[in-house]
Amino acid sequence: MGTESMPAPQGIETAVDRTAVVSRPGTYLELIHSWIVTVDHKRLGILYICYALVFLLVAGTEALLIRIQLFYPHNDFVSPFTFNRLFTMHGTTMVFLVGMPILFGFGNYLVPLMIGARDMAFPRLNAFSFWISAFAGLLLYYSFIGGVGLYGTGSAPDVAWFAYAPLTERPFSPGHSTDYWAVAILANGIGSIGTAINILATFFCMRCKGMTLSRIPLLPWLYATMSFLVLVAVSPLTAAQAMLLIDRYLGGHFFDTQMGGSAILWAHFFWIFGHPEVYVLVLPAFAFANEIIPVFSRKAIFGYPAMVAASVGIGFISLGVWAHHMFTIGMTSFGNAFFTLSTMLVSIPTGIKTFNWLATLWGGKIRFATPMLFSIAFLFQWVIAGLTGIMLSVSAWNWQLHNSYFVVAHFHYVLVGAIVFMIFAAIYYWYPKMTGRMLDDRLGKWHFWLMVIGFHVTFDVMHFPGLLGMPRQIFTYEPDRGWTLLNQIVSVGGFIQGIAVLIFVYNMVHSYFRGVEAGPDPWDAWTLEWSTTSPPPAYNFVVDPVVASRRPLWDLKHPEDPDSAFE
Amino acid sequence: MICACAWSAPSSTSIFSNKTTPAHELNDLSMFVLGITGLIYVGVSSLLVYAIVKFRARKGDTTEPPQVFGSMQIELSWTIIPILIIVVLFLTTARVLFSVQDAQKPAYALDVIVVGHQFWWEFRYPQYNVVTANELHLPLSSKDAPRPAFMKLTSADVMHSFWVPQLDGKTDVLPNRVNEMWIDPHETGLYVGQCAQFCGAEHAKMLLRVYVDTPEQFKQWIANQQRMQAELTAVPVGPQGSAAQTAPNAGNQGGLVRTATSKVPPNSPPTHGNVTPNTGEAQEISAQAGQYVFEHEACISCHTVAGTVATGRYGPDLTHLMSRDTIASGAVPNTKEKLLAWIGDPNQLKPGSLMPAMHLSDRQNEQITAYLMTLK
Amino acid sequence: MATVPLEHVKGEGEWKLPSRGMVAMACLITAESSIFLIFVVAYLYYLGRDVSGPYPKDVLEIPYFGTVCLLSSSGFIMLAERAIEHAKMAAFRLWWGVTILLGAIFLVDTGMEWHKLIVHDHLTIHTNLFGTCFYSLVGLHASHVIIGMLMMLVTMGFALTGHVRVEHSYRVKVLALYWHFVDAVWVVVFTVVYVVGR
Repeated sequence: MGTESMPAPQGIETAVDRTAVVSRPGTYLELIHSWIVTVDHKRLGILYICYALVFLLVAGTEALLIRIQLFYPHNDFVSPFTFNRLFTMHGTTMVFLVGMPILFGFGNYLVPLMIGARDMAFPRLNAFSFWISAFAGLLLYYSFIGGVGLYGTGSAPDVAWFAYAPLTERPFSPGHSTDYWAVAILANGIGSIGTAINILATFFCMRCKGMTLSRIPLLPWLYATMSFLVLVAVSPLTAAQAMLLIDRYLGGHFFDTQMGGSAILWAHFFWIFGHPEVYVLVLPAFAFANEIIPVFSRKAIFGYPAMVAASVGIGFISLGVWAHHMFTIGMTSFGNAFFTLSTMLVSIPTGIKTFNWLATLWGGKIRFATPMLFSIAFLFQWVIAGLTGIMLSVSAWNWQLHNSYFVVAHFHYVLVGAIVFMIFAAIYYWYPKMTGRMLDDRLGKWHFWLMVIGFHVTFDVMHFPGLLGMPRQIFTYEPDRGWTLLNQIVSVGGFIQGIAVLIFVYNMVHSYFRGVEAGPDPWDAWTLEWSTTSPPPAYNFVVDPVVASRRPLWDLKHPEDPDSAFE
Repeated sequence: MICACAWSAPSSTSIFSNKTTPAHELNDLSMFVLGITGLIYVGVSSLLVYAIVKFRARKGDTTEPPQVFGSMQIELSWTIIPILIIVVLFLTTARVLFSVQDAQKPAYALDVIVVGHQFWWEFRYPQYNVVTANELHLPLSSKDAPRPAFMKLTSADVMHSFWVPQLDGKTDVLPNRVNEMWIDPHETGLYVGQCAQFCGAEHAKMLLRVYVDTPEQFKQWIANQQRMQAELTAVPVGPQGSAAQTAPNAGNQGGLVRTATSKVPPNSPPTHGNVTPNTGEAQEISAQAGQYVFEHEACISCHTVAGTVATGRYGPDLTHLMSRDTIASGAVPNTKEKLLAWIGDPNQLKPGSLMPAMHLSDRQNEQITAYLMTLK
Repeated sequence: MATVPLEHVKGEGEWKLPSRGMVAMACLITAESSIFLIFVVAYLYYLGRDVSGPYPKDVLEIPYFGTVCLLSSSGFIMLAERAIEHAKMAAFRLWWGVTILLGAIFLVDTGMEWHKLIVHDHLTIHTNLFGTCFYSLVGLHASHVIIGMLMMLVTMGFALTGHVRVEHSYRVKVLALYWHFVDAVWVVVFTVVYVVGR
């Protein structure tokens, strides 16, 4: 389709394609078939999101089982072997089968729409990436029933999510638990790299006319940075897992300390992946904040160039901080000092972003719709998460805090308090676009408040057992350490969060059938995805968009004060 | 308030309760960092609260606020100020880091070698030729009589981590690598901790007990640990029901007799030439009987009892087992009942422990227990 | 979609964006470089740490011939790229074939080297650290050569049946970029294994 210059804009309604009515869907089999063979970025995005939400419930259940076991010291709700599988699977699932897929799902859905494209650069690669990730998840969970592990309780991985060597070498893990972990996550990594290639190619090569790099909304910018990180950081994990499999199956000695191999090398390789990985998870959360906060403050994002620079800067600096996970492993004092400094440096661009969000709120007219409630909670929680991160970056103090519940509290503050909260915000914000219906607002408020209460009861309190010397990944603890009451409070908060999530799931299902119709632009927003129908037609836009500013819809709605006049 | 409850708990593992120089330095640094981050938190959150209160949309107002796109000066200010804060934080950290990690070992330091195993701790004192397990004894190190302990740590199998919060931050313990740390306890007492790097099934039960003794107590403890145990006269009575006596000073009346008192005192010289190989199960529950079973079953392939033929290195050194308050690396109290239960089936007390159940008879287990109870 | 009138698009002529294939291949190369880097780091880290032999200096011979073949194949593939751009299909088939042949010679050379190491020097992947690192790194590279060769053979098949035309020169360039990457990795692997590591 060529680009056409239309007569002076009469408002969004004229642009809406009313012929995009889905023709009769056919049998259920045809419906399922169409979803399985789809290469449409929107459908794949929804597949990723639904897949991730299922695993969110599974991993959440694993967490609650952990919390029940830790409710009393010397509890025997589960055996040590089962407990070790539970926390390994909880972490592995949450990072690889919930976090990555749901964020890739949003990226898949939104990036083409926001840059005015009709699909991703490589639709079939997109589908392949999804299905190999799905296969990987099922393979990982098959481990619970497949084969006979060392103690006959199934082969689910039980070596912690970071699978340190040489615990994972054959002499110490003779069953198949490590193999399931290595192969499933390796396959998942291949899917991630495929999606990352797709996002970068789309970002650079598929933009609509007029969308120069400086006019791309912040979400695609952050997804591009995140994809670059995936390329550079997931690959080391793939390499390390290949080395582990060579050790386990071909008799290699990469991590075989008896033959001169090194345990510390695995730690380095894993964290060279592991630290950028958490930025892979958090950058999309920032992306959502960058879109949602301005819309509900009714102001453009403050300092767009600084935001781009800061985001890309975070991406690059995050590649150089990994050994702050290894301050106690016995590096030289110089090594410890270097990684202290690099880790502290990453707080500079992060601080810039946080202050820019604050400045966006400042002078605005804030509307407290559910997406904004989650975003505001995110802001408060993000500040705390960042500050406990600074505490952990102080390598000398880290020697006390490492591998304690203080670290667990910190990273859950980031993963739940920042990332999950922004995922909830994003779902409330874009669910209308994806389904054509609004999520129920009252249920949304219930979800929000229960989540805030449960989150803080659990993760604020969780810092204290760490400060009182409780290590992580222990199936029980001694009654005379003073940790019991704290653990009980933490467990109760977990159940409150569970209830909040159940309300949320109910909301999503109920609103799909009974929700208020959304229309193309329920939030009065400014980026291109709101210019088309809800849900969009398969081809996204009737006419290829042409843009002249960062907020094309603002220009349309405010012809007296267009952004294009300022660029 | 929660902290106060926890800090008043009987055994404190709080990282803020410090009994050594390194721990104090880390603590002072942590207070400084807490102060700075606390101030930042209060500042930023107040601004956030102010913003969401002051700039709420008023009911019915549908106009848009003035659009502000950015300001170079503001961006610079909140880049420069954080950089300055980081510089301060980094320099303070570096100072403590180098002072603790690169401290020079004085000539009067105590050398300790720590070896982590799945799921117990081995401690060696090379200066004294002492090997023990699970309970570490250190001398007090006061200003007038400093005696810091400089430790070298390694692992025999997978990665572990040595963490006694009141004494220092943790140091990881790796195979094929030696890490170092030092502590100089200022107060006597018992300090507890545990392994802090996931190492397998019983990671949670790889506990640590550090006894800081006065210098005199420490000297005594070392002297006791240096003592060898003896080969007791071996074997007791013959097959069941037989009155054959082969142990010269056993004092038995023959037949089935429980003679707990007939055991030979530990340090008596070994008797030679009076030993008749046993052809059946011995009947008495005695230390000699126990040692016989101990040395003829697989025990000695894993355990050492210095002065006897038991020189196994895979499991904890048992030479002075009864000088310890706990067994199973702090997980189980060291009493006769628990010892018996442990020997019978370790996995009942610590499932996943690498010591197998040897499936000996109850009598044999009791005999071994009797023997072990003599290893003071 | 209601658009802003084109007059506001200030002075932009043709809307030119980078090509998808090249960007995607560049991304793939980035990811693969990362994987190779980890294997190279492991190789360098473990130099000199073998507990027992055989040691690199005892058994490694510099593979001059294979290296020359592989590196020169980059030059020949460039000739092939130029040929297809100018629609000289016969020349394209010739140079493409030479590239494939040189790649095959490299693989045979590597195979012969491995045969000597395994059978004569008793060096396998589980002999010692050197064996593990050597076969992993060189094997990883060789597997990438094989994949490149397969892609080139498929292209050759299409070319011989007349399906490749000048408008496909772009796809050929993307594949050639991959082949250049494989050669560049060999430069690094060669230096690490046969120069630094001996």
